[in-house]
Amino acid sequence: MCLAIPGKIVEISSDNKDAALVDIAGVRRKIDLTLLQDDKPLPGDWVLIHVGFAMSKISEQDALDQMHTLQSLGESEAAIQEVSGLSADDAPPGGLA
Amino acid sequence: MRFVDEFREPELISKTAEEIRRLAGTERHYCIMEVCGGHTHAIYRFGLKDILPENIELIHGPGCPVCVLPMGRIDDGLAIAQQPEVIFAAFGDMMRVPGTQGSPLEHKARGMDVRIVYSPSDALRLARVNPGKQVMFFAIGFETTAPSTALTMMRAKAEGIRNFSVFCNHVMVIPAIRAILESPDMRLDAFIGPGHVSTVIGCRPYEWIAQNEHKPIVVSGFEPLDLLQSIVMLLRQLRNGEAKVENQYKRVVAWEGNPAALRAMAEVFQVRPYFEWRGMGSIPQSALCVNDKYGEWDAEQRFAVPGIRVTDPKGAQCGEVLKGALKPHQCKLFGRECTPERPVGALMVSSEGSCAAYHNYEHRKAAMVTSLSAIA
Repeated sequence: MCLAIPGKIVEISSDNKDAALVDIAGVRRKIDLTLLQDDKPLPGDWVLIHVGFAMSKISEQDALDQMHTLQSLGESEAAIQEVSGLSADDAPPGGLA
Repeated sequence: MRFVDEFREPELISKTAEEIRRLAGTERHYCIMEVCGGHTHAIYRFGLKDILPENIELIHGPGCPVCVLPMGRIDDGLAIAQQPEVIFAAFGDMMRVPGTQGSPLEHKARGMDVRIVYSPSDALRLARVNPGKQVMFFAIGFETTAPSTALTMMRAKAEGIRNFSVFCNHVMVIPAIRAILESPDMRLDAFIGPGHVSTVIGCRPYEWIAQNEHKPIVVSGFEPLDLLQSIVMLLRQLRNGEAKVENQYKRVVAWEGNPAALRAMAEVFQVRPYFEWRGMGSIPQSALCVNDKYGEWDAEQRFAVPGIRVTDPKGAQCGEVLKGALKPHQCKLFGRECTPERPVGALMVSSEGSCAAYHNYEHRKAAMVTSLSAIA
């Protein structure tokens, strides 16, 4: 809950600009971008995710560093479990599924 | 050894540790509090205490939201969920936290509808797909998770989802630091500031700590090198007689924080006059509740809440450990009645709690000392 999980933006939802599909260590999930509305990420950008919401934009190197930190802390499995648990079943019609 | 491999930059670690030794000297003792539970976890996990000279003492702060939540609030949340047609939704971190009648997981075993969610928006989704049920999201966390709860409530209101509510237990880091600084047995010299909370609130809210209390504070990242560099920055300030706010975690934390997150919190929450913290008592203006605009989605307004107050379990010394007066292993229950498998106190529940961190990593310490002595 408290440690941030890094993810790479794969696709911004076509009909909801505040939703995006991200890749987190190979797992693809939908996250919310509303908290980055002042500095919108684009596909290819990396973000730090807290409880399903992107909180900050970061560099690729920092994203890899953060994943390494989670691994070292023994938290990477919990992190992957967390993102796997973020289901994508409420995607708006025609949006990301 | 696996442990040494986990330091990616052993030379830099070694150089930074040397610099810490040089700056710390031997003439005085330094007490530095890491406020954030994530930092506590990292410090134990990486065995950083064994790299630091003996005259630098790290005190583990109150920054684990699961750990500071009083048992009465868990009982209150579970009491709400005893009411008909209520689904109790919470982060996984909450599931094993003991209430007086057992943890949420134990209530689930007895038939309560308890669901683990990974995001408050998952709880809102549960409400969408269970229109005949009341979904109560048990919200916990510092400013790191509060904006996500706020946005989810804004969405519930916008979509008119009325079978969703939030039992708000969000707390704020600044009043907790203030309470620690005002405590009579306070003996801190400096603070390692929380990383991810600062992503939201930025660095400005810490300025009073430097200006009024003359304590240096450095906002830090979570890598071993981040933490060691932050200690170097603190020691430099202390040696120069300075007290300022510095940001070691610039790659993630902006000085002004995340304005959108702050706006969302301001839209939905207001500050409670008082809130009970486990081990720290009642702290004024230290927590958030739902404001009247969103009252319809506030579980405390929707349901009868008993307002249970529970003293800490007999013998557990969570409060003393939380304030740094006792080390985890000095608690009478540590490692015997209270273990990560069967926690009595909340500090043993979360991996970010200092007791669980101490318990999980202490047994590895001997191996760590051996391997670290090669690089420190």
